[in-house]
Amino acid sequence: MNRSRSLLKYSISRLLLAPVMLWLISTLVFLLLRVAPGDPVDAILGIRADYAAREALRVKLGLDASLLTQYFKYLNCLIHGDLGESLNNQEPVRQLISNTLPASIELGVIAIIIAITIGLAVGFTGIARPEGKTDLIGRLFGIGTYALPPFWAAMLIQIFFAVILGWLPVGGRFPPNLIEPEGSGFLIFDSIKTGNLQALLGSIRHIILPASTLGILLSGIFSRSLRLNLDKILTTNYIQAAKSRGIKDRQVILKHAFPNALLPVLTIAGLTIASLIGGALLIEITFSWPGIALGLQDAISQRDYPVVQGIVVIISSLVVTISLLVDIAIAFIDPRISFN
Amino acid sequence: MAIWGSWLLGAYLMVALLTPLLIRVGFLPDGQLGLNSPVYAPPSFDHWCGTDRLGRDVCVRTLQGTGVALQVVFLAVTLAVFIGVPVGLFSGYAGGVIDRIMVLIMETLYTVPVLLLSVVIAFVLGRGILNAAIALCVVYIPQYFRVVRNQTGQVKTELYIEAARAMGAGPLWVMRRYLFKNVLTSVPVLLTLNAADAVLVLGGLGFLGLGLPETIPEWGSDLNMALDAVPVGIWWTALYPGIAMFGLVLSLSLLGEALEDLVCGS
Repeated sequence: MNRSRSLLKYSISRLLLAPVMLWLISTLVFLLLRVAPGDPVDAILGIRADYAAREALRVKLGLDASLLTQYFKYLNCLIHGDLGESLNNQEPVRQLISNTLPASIELGVIAIIIAITIGLAVGFTGIARPEGKTDLIGRLFGIGTYALPPFWAAMLIQIFFAVILGWLPVGGRFPPNLIEPEGSGFLIFDSIKTGNLQALLGSIRHIILPASTLGILLSGIFSRSLRLNLDKILTTNYIQAAKSRGIKDRQVILKHAFPNALLPVLTIAGLTIASLIGGALLIEITFSWPGIALGLQDAISQRDYPVVQGIVVIISSLVVTISLLVDIAIAFIDPRISFN
Repeated sequence: MAIWGSWLLGAYLMVALLTPLLIRVGFLPDGQLGLNSPVYAPPSFDHWCGTDRLGRDVCVRTLQGTGVALQVVFLAVTLAVFIGVPVGLFSGYAGGVIDRIMVLIMETLYTVPVLLLSVVIAFVLGRGILNAAIALCVVYIPQYFRVVRNQTGQVKTELYIEAARAMGAGPLWVMRRYLFKNVLTSVPVLLTLNAADAVLVLGGLGFLGLGLPETIPEWGSDLNMALDAVPVGIWWTALYPGIAMFGLVLSLSLLGEALEDLVCGS
């Protein structure tokens, strides 16, 4: 009774924190882009542009108003879901993000499924014979996946499997000779829903390389944290007790140690993935996967200021929300967490 | 692992020091020039790692990237320590409302994906070594803040701090004299691990077309240039800068892990 009440209190206080954090992030991005040394107008036009052009752009971006007015206008627009429009083609930034986000989410979800599968498998094979050869390889795998620059690992995989062997497409998301199925923007899901087998196969062929690259790179986090936690748990009294009762090692690890090791793994993974996803998404650029990172790169190269701002605010907000939800979910699952 | 890490890092430092010298002496060609060389030449005796799309030597450019990467990363991490540690110390010591607000701000900064935060700053500041270092350092300040603040919170209730205060020591004196040294133990581990991460983020910035000026050879931007040539099977422009980056991150991570074991063990 006491616990469920404190749990509820905890969840509510975390949820109330979410808007505050989102506000902080948007304020931070605003401040960075406006107050930091360096003028957005310079950033867009370059310092050699003539005076009239610079002033015109300043008025167009609303940069001629006072900072406080700009800030309130910006917040007001954000609350109403208005992220401004692209300087490049006048497309609303919101439209641009909602066009590219499904591709990123599709890639991310499949990659995380792959990451969990590989990560847990590697973590387990290591713990079965601690300090053995497989264990060492497993630990090196953990550090190695971290040290690999994601976009470079993606390039190597691309060169080997797509260019040299030619098994899979080099990049893109969908075969250019087919028509994309209409719907949610999640191509695999849409293809299944419309029963379009060709489209389904095409999109699966395209997602294999990017998703497995991202999955393998992220799996290191899972294998490492599982390994560390299992290590810690295997020295505890209840495991010793289980062993002394004559239960086989395999049984002990699977039935007694694993469930307890899993939760910290989820916590760490939830937080790390959230912060890693920014870096890992760079592989979108390598595979020309039409997701949000590719949009960001385009915006940067065209110095499209509102788009950069919008993408950063949206991704950061998503990440903050996800990590808050992970916190709450874990508090619900793990009975050992106390809230004081 | 610590030994491998140190040797590898030592090798990188040597390369960073020797490459500019060897270029000045004329033993190595400058990685910025290459108009006389064939474009996209595969590795050969003249160009050990081949040439890129402007005929520049990939090997020399990769070597030159080492010094720049080390400089930027060192600058960034030092800046982060110099800002994060005092702020954390202050916040932990002050406690109360100030502390709560600081923690909230830093936690929010911490949850924003590393690369995105530095993308915004790098985008605004433009290219340059110092600018890239600033863009990177902001990402790591919350980490020092967090560690130092938590430790300050623990240490400040110790008896000797109370004694010092009872004898009339002011807050600045207590922070400088008693707290500072006690909270510093965890900084070296964080510093090494952050340096490893910073190499990756700097590469990521370069890959996105931000960070360092085009006149400075940098691994990330070289890899981005290599991207266009990958579909036609030109692998050498993509391979070597990446290996260099991987090795540097690996050496710093190995070193950081070893330091962590040392600190936790003792």
